[in-house]
Amino acid sequence: MPQALVLAVTADGALRPVTAELLAAAARVGDPAAVLVCDPAERDTLVTALGAAGATTVLVAAPPAGAPLLTGELAALTAAVTATGDVSAVLIESTFDGRELAGRLAVRLDSGVLAESTDVELLDGQVVVTQPAFGGAYSVRWTTTRGVPVITWRGNSIEDTAAPADAPAVVELTVEAPAPAPTVLEEHHEPVGDRPELTAASVVVSGGRGVGSAEKFTVVEQLADTVGGAVGASRAAVDAGFYPAQFQVGQTGTSVSPQVYIALGISGAIQHRAGMQTSKTIVAVNKDPDAPIFEIADFGVVGDLFTVAPQLTEALAER
Amino acid sequence: MDIAVLIKQVPDTYGERRLHETDWSLDRAATDAVIDEIDTRGVELALTLTEQHGGEVTAVTMGPDGATDALRKALAMGAAKAVHITDPALAGSDAVATSAVLAAALRQLDVDLIVTGNESTDGRSAAVPAMLAERLGLPAVTSVRALTVDGDTLTAERVVEGGWARIQAPLPAVVSVNEKIAEPRYPNFKGIMSAKKKPVTTLTLADLGVDADRVGAAGSATRAVDGAPRPPRTGGHTITDDGSAGAQAARYLIERKVL
Repeated sequence: MPQALVLAVTADGALRPVTAELLAAAARVGDPAAVLVCDPAERDTLVTALGAAGATTVLVAAPPAGAPLLTGELAALTAAVTATGDVSAVLIESTFDGRELAGRLAVRLDSGVLAESTDVELLDGQVVVTQPAFGGAYSVRWTTTRGVPVITWRGNSIEDTAAPADAPAVVELTVEAPAPAPTVLEEHHEPVGDRPELTAASVVVSGGRGVGSAEKFTVVEQLADTVGGAVGASRAAVDAGFYPAQFQVGQTGTSVSPQVYIALGISGAIQHRAGMQTSKTIVAVNKDPDAPIFEIADFGVVGDLFTVAPQLTEALAER
Repeated sequence: MDIAVLIKQVPDTYGERRLHETDWSLDRAATDAVIDEIDTRGVELALTLTEQHGGEVTAVTMGPDGATDALRKALAMGAAKAVHITDPALAGSDAVATSAVLAAALRQLDVDLIVTGNESTDGRSAAVPAMLAERLGLPAVTSVRALTVDGDTLTAERVVEGGWARIQAPLPAVVSVNEKIAEPRYPNFKGIMSAKKKPVTTLTLADLGVDADRVGAAGSATRAVDGAPRPPRTGGHTITDDGSAGAQAARYLIERKVL
């Protein structure tokens, strides 16, 4: 059976949950294998964790010196495809970094990027992905006609898990960063506290222009924290300076597809809807009964979010 | 420094965008075609940089004949000239094929910096900037919200999920910008009038020396298998708050076992 390679996503020496989802997706189209770029000190723990998440092989590389941006991961992926030989697909999380890596890798492999995939299957031996288009207005299945398909995967799309592998085979990769590479001078992680990331959260609570100020966004945060959800913001709220740009949900921000999406004070312009309308259940609170968000909300409330949201928070906290 | 800005004409996101239900390609007739908003911000960055450091801005697009409208917008904002890559064989090109064509044109231009939007509002794969960098052997700095140039080096703030980083890269380089980079200037009357006289070079695949077998729907490595319009999402019920709407919403979520 060919191997399906996954780029392991780690943070602070641990696997991020999306890695297990990527391995589960990979298991549908091949023998799941992980490509891991990590500090040698973290490697044993991560290899064990990858095995538990289903990786039968782990291809490991140490990051190149000099903090080059993404070039270590790209070199590791390239080397992993070469070392593996029979590869059915490469799966990479659809993030800013992941999409950049996928683009470069597809050019190197003279294949194609199957972007923003939410499902993957083998159809007559061909790897086929499902991709929502125009914010979920369409669903299109794509395949590749040559080369190893490079799949960018939208996290939180499937719920299955891969069978654990007891002792994954470990393959050493040697990678060097090519010149001229961009270098990372400094990194800033925005404090998100204990909240899940937008793309990984099963509940997203977003605030819009109706929230009115940065200070009042606490009403959004309190509801999100009560249900273990992520906080999002509409473009209007971000442009008004109420909330940082990396939390923007919509056409020009992050696309989310959680189990529950709660929109507070968001009118629901088409650009916003394009980033959240594939959510399973949508609850909306807005003062304006004509707000377009009500056209797609499963449960809409015309009212003041500052009375409705705290009551909702309290009722869910008591549960 | 000379800068190339890549422009894409896309269906207006304020309209109802459609795909052809035969091959699942973009239905360009269904919606007004406009310059992708993010690209106007790329033009603004390029103009600001050339105002600071000298040099000129070239707007580049690949698309059907009507895509010249998007180039004229960039010229009206202040770009010095434009390149329009158009060829019937290009229709249906995927991101990898598109990047091969754009890279061929950019090699001819030989600029110090290539500026693109971080992702188009229609394709959304966000892969083309990195693909160009790969083909041209250049560093890529994507998703940039601020950028300065000092001599042969650029310093940029790159925003990713959950944070940002300060990145340094040697020129020439490819950068993709996000919507925080700059507010695009409005073309004034003089700009609009002069745009009509600025040179727009039209290039075909033959001019670029790109093999027609490697582009278009037939030459792309990706192919749509099938597709379906999702049933339009319909609203459920909407209530007016009588003082208990928060509790009712909670009950709705709990009863449906979604929370």
